[in-house]
Amino acid sequence: MRILRFLLQKEFKQIFRNKALLPMIFAMPIMQLLVMPLAADYEVKNINISVVDHNHSSTATQLTKKVIASGYFKLVDYGNSYTQAYQGLETDETDLILEIPAQFEKELLTQNGSKLFIAVNAINGTKANVGAAYLQQIIRQYNQSIRLEMMANNQQMAIPEVDIATANWFNPDLNYRYFMVPGILVVLVTMVGAYMCALNIVKEKELGTIEQINVTPIKKYQFILGKLIPFWVIGVFIFSIGLFGVSYGVYGIVSQGSLLLLYGYMFLYLVALLGLGLLISTYADTQQQAMSIAFFFMMIFMLMSGLFTPIDSMPGWSKAIALSNPVTYFIEVTRMIMLKGSTFSDIKMHFAVITGFAVFFNGWAIINYKKTV
Amino acid sequence: MQNKVITTTNLTKQFGDFTAVDHISFEVNKGEIFGFLGANGAGKTTAIKMLCGLSNPTSGEATIAGCDIYKETEKIKQRIGYMSQKFSLYEDLTVIENIRFFAGIYGLTDQEIKEKGNALIENLGMQDSMHKMVGSLPLGWKQKMAFSVAVLHEPQIVFLDEPTGGVDPVTRRQFWDLIYNASDRGITVFVTTHYMDEAEYCNRVSMMVDGRIAALDTPDQLKSYYNATSMDEVFFELARGAKRGE
Repeated sequence: MRILRFLLQKEFKQIFRNKALLPMIFAMPIMQLLVMPLAADYEVKNINISVVDHNHSSTATQLTKKVIASGYFKLVDYGNSYTQAYQGLETDETDLILEIPAQFEKELLTQNGSKLFIAVNAINGTKANVGAAYLQQIIRQYNQSIRLEMMANNQQMAIPEVDIATANWFNPDLNYRYFMVPGILVVLVTMVGAYMCALNIVKEKELGTIEQINVTPIKKYQFILGKLIPFWVIGVFIFSIGLFGVSYGVYGIVSQGSLLLLYGYMFLYLVALLGLGLLISTYADTQQQAMSIAFFFMMIFMLMSGLFTPIDSMPGWSKAIALSNPVTYFIEVTRMIMLKGSTFSDIKMHFAVITGFAVFFNGWAIINYKKTV
Repeated sequence: MQNKVITTTNLTKQFGDFTAVDHISFEVNKGEIFGFLGANGAGKTTAIKMLCGLSNPTSGEATIAGCDIYKETEKIKQRIGYMSQKFSLYEDLTVIENIRFFAGIYGLTDQEIKEKGNALIENLGMQDSMHKMVGSLPLGWKQKMAFSVAVLHEPQIVFLDEPTGGVDPVTRRQFWDLIYNASDRGITVFVTTHYMDEAEYCNRVSMMVDGRIAALDTPDQLKSYYNATSMDEVFFELARGAKRGE
């Protein structure tokens, strides 16, 4: 215990003297949480639309007005030449073309229906998909309103129809920040675990100070604890800044579930990720190597964790990767606890999995850590 | 037998096909200053690392401070001090913090740390620099400090791997005063060096050539055996036959 005390003292002194590390510890959580949720937003706005109106009837104008009034679209061109509108699509000035046929109003009245044409610029997949979906929805609503109008005129034509009313539970306004912020809190803690600890140990290898440590009677477990504990504390600290400072302070997100449970899970998660960092450090000889390996894992961890894209819609093989990724579980847990108010019994499995990861990474790292060269 | 602090028998280290240390056998007496000489790449550092428990021998036997090199490595570590070629105190800790840290991990009590730390600083005349970062000290001071820290826990043996590399002659002289001082206290000094004038200061020296010990005796005996006037000539005579270059 006495030796551990000396190791911790030394480690904290060095961390607080590190001019590059200290600002990172404070600035990183704040910057990431301020920038990412605002930028990484799925809500698509400002979709540029060109309307090619061959009809020029009051019905056509009404439809166009409805589309613009939705707030999602920006009318960049209103004309009667599809070729001209298509040029806009080619030069990226417009994302969507809505073509209204010449006989639109007449067909509606006489044939009880007409066809509209939508052309989508699919270069930006999300924008195109979401834009087309919005447009279809608006047209459907418009469709409904003219039906009602017609029904009022002609009662016999009433056709029964199923209408869907949607309620968004746990995030009623579909506020994207509520979804992103808990995820980014996880990213922060992951960075501390996978990077900082690994780099710190490898730095001692590079400087040769680890050799001096290895000729002393320090036990393996003492050295490892001496490295894990400081970064565990830093991780908890960064998470707290993120949770109370930014998540609550800036975005006003109040956790629905128990904070104690959330911290409990984070404590375990940090142990698992620090184990991974430790494992990386036992294989890397230079900070450059450690950085590259850690970066490789971080990329996979971030992209395949359900942070940005839902895991359920991944193909089988990538779902398997996502399920063997510790980040996936913590992101799920933070979202469940913070947004849904889940309790321990809901996340029992998650606890079991993360404990498994912690034992696995740390066990492997301890076996692989050698006091000899 | 009790006054032999290091005994090695056919100690060997192989890296693949390359035999860095090739069946070396020697003994070092308690309180002796033992010079371990050899050209670059002769295998000195590898040998020293095996004796300190930093590297596992491929074959052969060795006893360090009465402990077996295979079975009692952790016990050995409490009884030896080591100063590597690379400066390895923490440059981002102050002089006094480094002293406290290393004294602490060798299990010295707070009282001992305070007394020995103060004595060390006084001995080196570093009262004014004790709160300076070690990284800001001149190399000569760093080396003297590293040595003093390596013997702070009063080990039976201290291993020094080229301790005076790049240090000016005056500081080297002071450094050897520290070595004699430790030797007087009964600490065995095992030192590698490239400076042949330093070899003259040793009680006995061994010359390593291509992983083997080519000669081992007192400096005077070696000089008369090789009919040389200085250790420089002895070194040239022996190292000329070496096949490994830099």
